[in-house]
Amino acid sequence: MKQQKIILFVLAAIGLLVLPMVLQGFGNAWVRIADMALLFVLLSLGLNIVVGYAGLLDLGYVAFFAIGAYMYGLLGSPHLTETFPAIAAMFPEGLHTPLWIVVPLAAATAGIFGILLGAPTLRLRGDYLAIVTLGFGEIIRVFLNNLDHPVNITNGPKGISQIDPVSFFGLDLGKKASLLGFEFASVSLYYYLFLAMVVISVVISHRLELSRVGRAWMAIREDEIAAKAMGINTRNLKLLAFGMGATFGGVSGAMFGAFQGFISPESFSLMESVMIVAMVVLGGVGHLPGVILGAVLLSALPEVLRYVAGPLQAMTDGRLDASILRQLLIALAMITIMLLRPRGLWPSPEHGKTLQNTKT
Amino acid sequence: MDIFIQQIINGLVLGSMYALIALGYTMVYGIIGLINFAHGEVMMVGALTSWSIIGLMQESMPGTPGYLILLIALVISCVVAAALNFVIEKVAYRPLRNSPKLAPLITAIGMSILLQTLAMIIWKPNYKSYPTLLPSDTIDIAGAVITPTQVVILSVTAVSLAVLMWLVNYTKLGRAMRATAENPRVAGLMGVKPDVVISATFIIGAVLAAIAGVMYASNYGTAQHAMGFLPGLKAFTAAVFGGIGNLAGAVVGALLLGLIESIGAGYIGALTGGVLGSHYSDIFAFIVLIIVLTLRPSGLLGERVADRA
Repeated sequence: MKQQKIILFVLAAIGLLVLPMVLQGFGNAWVRIADMALLFVLLSLGLNIVVGYAGLLDLGYVAFFAIGAYMYGLLGSPHLTETFPAIAAMFPEGLHTPLWIVVPLAAATAGIFGILLGAPTLRLRGDYLAIVTLGFGEIIRVFLNNLDHPVNITNGPKGISQIDPVSFFGLDLGKKASLLGFEFASVSLYYYLFLAMVVISVVISHRLELSRVGRAWMAIREDEIAAKAMGINTRNLKLLAFGMGATFGGVSGAMFGAFQGFISPESFSLMESVMIVAMVVLGGVGHLPGVILGAVLLSALPEVLRYVAGPLQAMTDGRLDASILRQLLIALAMITIMLLRPRGLWPSPEHGKTLQNTKT
Repeated sequence: MDIFIQQIINGLVLGSMYALIALGYTMVYGIIGLINFAHGEVMMVGALTSWSIIGLMQESMPGTPGYLILLIALVISCVVAAALNFVIEKVAYRPLRNSPKLAPLITAIGMSILLQTLAMIIWKPNYKSYPTLLPSDTIDIAGAVITPTQVVILSVTAVSLAVLMWLVNYTKLGRAMRATAENPRVAGLMGVKPDVVISATFIIGAVLAAIAGVMYASNYGTAQHAMGFLPGLKAFTAAVFGGIGNLAGAVVGALLLGLIESIGAGYIGALTGGVLGSHYSDIFAFIVLIIVLTLRPSGLLGERVADRA
């Protein structure tokens, strides 16, 4: 049994490592889909800490993603040096902040925002918290959209372009690289970077789940009053969950900015937050394999379907174009999956013991 | 000063439309504890249905007076919206009533996307100009102007609210609704059929939303498949603002929200020397909400209930 598990694990690992090489053969667009799926896995893992472990419904999670992305974008693009001569004078070569500074900075800023948002609102009951976080997400988006005057910080709806690609140890992920005679496109290099980050995040989440902190979060999720009575400092732990989730969001945001090379407030709408929540819940709240499954399914499947939707579009004389079809499928998937499996596609096994009784 | 009065009028009109939508949210939440994300879309369907009916009637029966067309369109779209919401509840929420709390929330979000997409397929995604059916000459009030449409909106809202209050407080159905909201199981033991009550709640909510949709479209002169989303969000904010589950709270919250938004949008530019413009108006709602909830975690008129896990 144990051996079987190891074999399965090794096979999965090899499969994941070979995947971009295979996809590359079909065109870089397919690798791109895989990249975005991994980014969404990263985001879902972060949100899972807040929603899955601590049981706090956060509907504005994309705000932290946006903060990370803009942090990377501002510190790694010509935008700031072009608008402010003072900054241009300080960095005559252009502002190219190294990765090792930007990513921790993005993580820290997002984390601080998470705690700032959490501090006054954590007294609120579940649904009130949901609507406040939703409002926070909108506030951040509106500010990003409008902070192009009087001082042009975010460049408004036009967004920030020409963002530096990730580069570290002399390896520039924006360009092709070859290893052992095999050419890796830029998107494939990003794939490996994101895969590594997902693996690290899974390890962190898994360790957190088993730790004292994780058990305290789950206690709060099940019954806050009982948790308090057991001597858990609910306020600090909830703040920690918020900050931790936000940090994940910030880092994946920075990666998103570097990967896309262009960011605008449009990418950070409420719909994105809702989609991330849907990924976490569809897969199975609080259960890592489930969350990963949900994220991959909701982000990659519609994209894949977009490529095979051509005939259907022709059949309905253009009324069902690709984006409409994609939305339709997402909506139908969300409804049917929830109706058939209310606890998610791959729920955690112990969940049935909790307060939330499944059958009456 | 006349600008101030004008902003108050606009705020009240906006607030009364929010109020009609917010009531649907708050009634559903009060009874089954669900944030019905698809509620804004029910309003959108109401508005677009009425647009189609108006188009049909203007073509087939030219010469019919505008108010009659509007009235017939309003009634039909109320029926359509009520039927729609009844089906939504039956299909998407009822099977999940005893599931974990997040499950119906996700189907609600899915329903919202589904309805928007279907509306996009049925009505095409472009903005439709909504005909002005009521006389368009304005009425002067102390230097500010109000259109007949706005007068109708205010009075229809007032009448709807009065009817709703009577329904909830003085009829058998209303008593059953209040009992179910209090405790569905005990209400069931007393001979109330929770399923019927819940269906009735969704139908009433949909009728109010359809009224709001028709009036929203005639006030702004356009209708589109995405029109329900933001008003829905604001209305929910208003319901939370006033204390969710509380009918009077929803109305007070919505009117206040409308006033804050329009007065805020009118004055923020002047107050901050042009630094912050009126395009920030969409976030006043949320900023006020965060402040109010920080000070009064259960909303303006909400009861202070103990934390339920």
